[in-house]
Parts: sequence; structure tokens; C-alpha cells
Amino acid sequence: MNDLTLIRKSLFRKKTRAILLILSIMTAFLIFGALASIDRVLNSSEELSRADRLVTVNKINFTQTMPYAYWGRVGAVEGVQAVTHASWFGGYYQDIRNFVQAFAVDVDTYLEVYPELVMPADQRAALSERRDCVAVGADLAEQYGWAVGDRFPLSSNIWRQADGSSAWDVEVCAIMTIPDQELPTNYLLMQYDYYNEALAFNRDQIGWMILLTGDPANNDAVSERIDTLFANSPAETETTTEAAFSQAFVEQLGNIGLILSLVVGAAFATILMIVGTTMVMAINERTKEVGVMKTLGFSSSRIFTHVLSESVLLSLVGGLLGLGAAVLLLGGIAEVAGGQLPGLGVGRETWIQALGLMLAFGLLTGFVPAVNAMRLKIVEALGKD
Amino acid sequence: MTDVLYELTDLSKKYTRGKESVAIFEDLTMTINRGDFIAIMGPSGSGKTTLLNLLGGIDKPSGGQVVCNGLRIDNLSQAKLAKWRSSHVGFIFQFYNLMPTLTAAQNVELPLLLTKLSSKERKRRVQTAMEVVKLAERAKHRPRQLSGGQQQRVAIARALVADPDVLLCDEPTGDLDRATADEILETLQLLNSELGKTIVMVTHDPAAAKYARRELHLDKGRFVETGAMA
Repeated sequence: MNDLTLIRKSLFRKKTRAILLILSIMTAFLIFGALASIDRVLNSSEELSRADRLVTVNKINFTQTMPYAYWGRVGAVEGVQAVTHASWFGGYYQDIRNFVQAFAVDVDTYLEVYPELVMPADQRAALSERRDCVAVGADLAEQYGWAVGDRFPLSSNIWRQADGSSAWDVEVCAIMTIPDQELPTNYLLMQYDYYNEALAFNRDQIGWMILLTGDPANNDAVSERIDTLFANSPAETETTTEAAFSQAFVEQLGNIGLILSLVVGAAFATILMIVGTTMVMAINERTKEVGVMKTLGFSSSRIFTHVLSESVLLSLVGGLLGLGAAVLLLGGIAEVAGGQLPGLGVGRETWIQALGLMLAFGLLTGFVPAVNAMRLKIVEALGKD
Repeated sequence: MTDVLYELTDLSKKYTRGKESVAIFEDLTMTINRGDFIAIMGPSGSGKTTLLNLLGGIDKPSGGQVVCNGLRIDNLSQAKLAKWRSSHVGFIFQFYNLMPTLTAAQNVELPLLLTKLSSKERKRRVQTAMEVVKLAERAKHRPRQLSGGQQQRVAIARALVADPDVLLCDEPTGDLDRATADEILETLQLLNSELGKTIVMVTHDPAAAKYARRELHLDKGRFVETGAMA
């Protein structure tokens, strides 16, 4: 027997109560794990943002396109170090439920503007040589079991080719990763020229442009120059930082961060009160036992540590079960979503945050009962029936 | 030559109830020798249990000194008192006060968690203590699976296991029938006569007091020695 045995036995002194408390905490961490992970997936592009990277979109709405010629003109604007463009393809694989986040891009300049995307040199070279080559993010490749050399028709639920087909035959020439960052690589890059030349409508249009200014201090000036350049044209532009663009994109779905904070906050506050009150009651029930332990020679500080450890153990057991349940739940959601939420899962950052919360939760709910137990006078405790 | 274990000098204890101060005893002076078996008797409220608490360092006197083994314990800090109790005093309560979630052996092992003994040595000592109280075969039973007498035996084993200088017993047979009480008292007597344990026992029961070497009656804050046995 050791102190941990004592703590564990005290915690499960009343099994039903302990199990109900664990279930309460489990529920709170299930909600936290699930919402934090969904929020992470939705905001992953924001995490990827660079301070000196700007995005230029059609002023009406970012779903509206702009002429391809803008790309060249923006490249000549003072302060623009590199510029690329991208167009939303609206892709799917085999079945419309198998969503593929695909962009038609100019690969060379795109990889210049996004240097964090890396791939083996031979795959990089192959990508530029062939127009039907695509680069696939490692997460997406894993999802559909794609490997370099695989050919498949990539269908669009927006665009049609002049021959009436909505599928572009592509070959996986490169697998992209983002080293040293826990960000999902759940998208596909196809060649703009290959996509554009086959279009039945909206040819020579691009979705948006992404550019580097080299220094965030230049952002405002460069933005103004670009938007002034296209003022009073049929397709006026709006240039913002990449982070602001990503944020605006996600906020179409609602303010996920606020919802997360409110729901998790409410769940935690409620459960904190329930667990805290129950812990106080549980320690009160054990007043005499605490008195006996002190009589035997257990110091007040050791009793304090025991009670606090009990509370932290309770929180860790409930919290880890909750996160485990979140992993299962998110796995189920990802399967049902059929790839529309790629990369969905409890990430390392969420685990770390949750472990911190579990510790904080345990310490917070155990503190008052631990102080009460520590201050308990032996004579009073032994006299209590 | 007598070997003094406890020296109580001018001991007083007062309780405050509202604005009123009630003296339990004042200027109490006594000694307890090593190897003694003392029964303290007296009417309710005479301060028997309070005296036991002061001897055990779980309460502090309002005045005077308590010296045990040459160490003045009445002015020790709570932390030092806890450490002192763990190695010098064994407590036996009327209602046993065993931990309901622990087995008999784990209850006995509890005081040894405060020592630096190895797990193996702790187990050996627990086994010995359980054998002394003749309960070795019940080691894995929980308190609720034991009779009152058996629970008190476990409590005695718990009090003994750290080999303390003194056993302080507060009405150890108060919750037991006569036959079981006699068994417990015989065990205490054996611990005193065979192992030389100093025992101070508070009791209301004159029959229980007969097992002690000395009977002291506490009345109006003063001791009256009424009998001594061989």
C-alpha cells in the first residue's frame, strides 16, 4: 500500500457518486474536445497565415471571380515581392459525397508564396512539367489512399468542360506536407492552365490572389495601391491580410470561437460547481477519518495533498475518458461527413490544453475541501459522530 | 529505579464557552512510569479524555507542561507533534475508527506509511502485529466484515505496529459485550506484561479498570489513586 492506494480508495469510497462525478467531468471534456477540434479544423488556414501575406478578392464577394490579367498587373505593383492566384474548383472524388478541397493554381508561384508547403525535389519537378499533374496534401492522400502515380477523374460540382464533362483527369505527381506544424494538409492543387483551357464558361478568370509584401509594415500601403489600381473597374478588389481573409471565411459559419467559449464555459462552470460542492460534502463525511489519520501522525500538509490529489485524479480520469469519447465521436463525424471535414480529430494542442484544464479543474474543485481538511482540529474531528 | 515516561507539571485546561471560561482541571501534576498500565476513571466531564488527548499531543494545555521521554511536547508545532505521535504513541478508540475502504492489514499498515520502512518490512511488521492480536487469518477482510471485538483487535494492531512508547486507550471496551471486552483487556494486559508496553486507559467500567496495574480517579480536577495491582 502507498499514498496513491489511499487516495484511490478514498475517491471510490462511494462508487456510485464517484462514477456520476466522473461522467459529469467526462461530458465537459467531451464537449471541449469535440468543439476545440472542429474549431481547429475550421481555423487551420488562419493558423497558417503569415503576417506579410495579403489576399486580394473581388470587392463584391470573395466567391466572385476577377480577370486573369489582374495577376500580372498586381505583380508589377510597388512593394509586391511575389504574387500567385487560386480558384475554387469545388471538387469531389467518384461520388459527390467524397468532397475534395481543390484549388486551380499557378503551381510555381503558389509554392513561392507558400514556402511552408514542401515535397520531394523530383515530385516538385514533375509537377511543373505536366499540366495534368496535381499536388495532394498528405492528409488528403491518406484519406483516399492516393499515392504518386495514381490517376483518377477529379470532378467539379461547379465547372463544366466545353465537351459537357465535369471531370478533369489528373495524376498525383506530388504529396505535400507542412513540416514542424500541426496543420492539416487536406487539399489538392491542380494546374490552372489545365483547368482553364477546358472550361465551358468563366474562362480566364481567377478566384483570388495571394501576395507577399516582405514586411507587415508595408501591408497597408500595398493594399491601397492594389485596390486603387482596380477602382472603378468592373471587378473592383479588396485586399486584406491573409489572417483576416481566413477569419472572414470561417465566420460565414458563425463565430465558432465564441460558441466554443460559451458552451464550454457554461459546461465547465456548471460541472465545477457540482463537483466542488460534492467534494466538500464528501470530505465532510470523512471528517472523523481525517481526524484519525491526523491522530496517527499524518501531517496537515500531507492531508491537504491527499485531498487535492484525490480531486485531481477524479478530474484526470473523467477528463481523459471525455477526450477519449471525443476521439471516437469525431472519428464518427468524419466518416459521416465523407471527407468534408478532413483532418478532424483531437490534435496535440487540444490534448495539451485539455490536460491543463483537467489539472486546473482538479486543483480548483479540490482546493476548498483540502484546506478544510488541513485545518481540521483532531479533537473536533474525533468528537464528530 | 523507576523509569519515568511522562511528567505532567501544573497542567491546566480551560474551555471557553461564549464569555464563560470553564476549567477542566488546574495545577495537575503527575508522573507515568515506563511499563505502567494505568486506568483513569471518573465521572463524565471530569476531563479523562482531555487528559488522554494532552498525553497524546492531539490537544494543547492552557498551562503547565507535558514532558514525554524528556521531550516537552506541549509547545511543539503541529507538524512536529504529528511526527512525534507517529513514532511514540499508539491510539485505541472506543469505536475503533478503522478506515472502511481498507482491509484489516491495510488499516494496520497505515501508520507505517509515515516511516521509511520498505514495503517488505512493512508487510512483515503488519503480519507480526496481526498475529499478536490473533487475527492473521482476517488480514484481507474489511472492517464491516469483522465483529466489534475483531475490529478493536485490528485497532490494537494498528496502534502497536509502529512500536510506540505508549498506548493511549479511550474507552476501548465501551462498545463491546462483557466477554469480548474481557478478551480485549486480556490482550492489553498481555501487551503490558509481556511486551512492556506502557498503557493509559480511560474507562467508565470498574471491571475493565481491574485489569490495570493502577487505577486513578479524576475528580474535580484532582487525582485520587484508589488501587494498585501487582
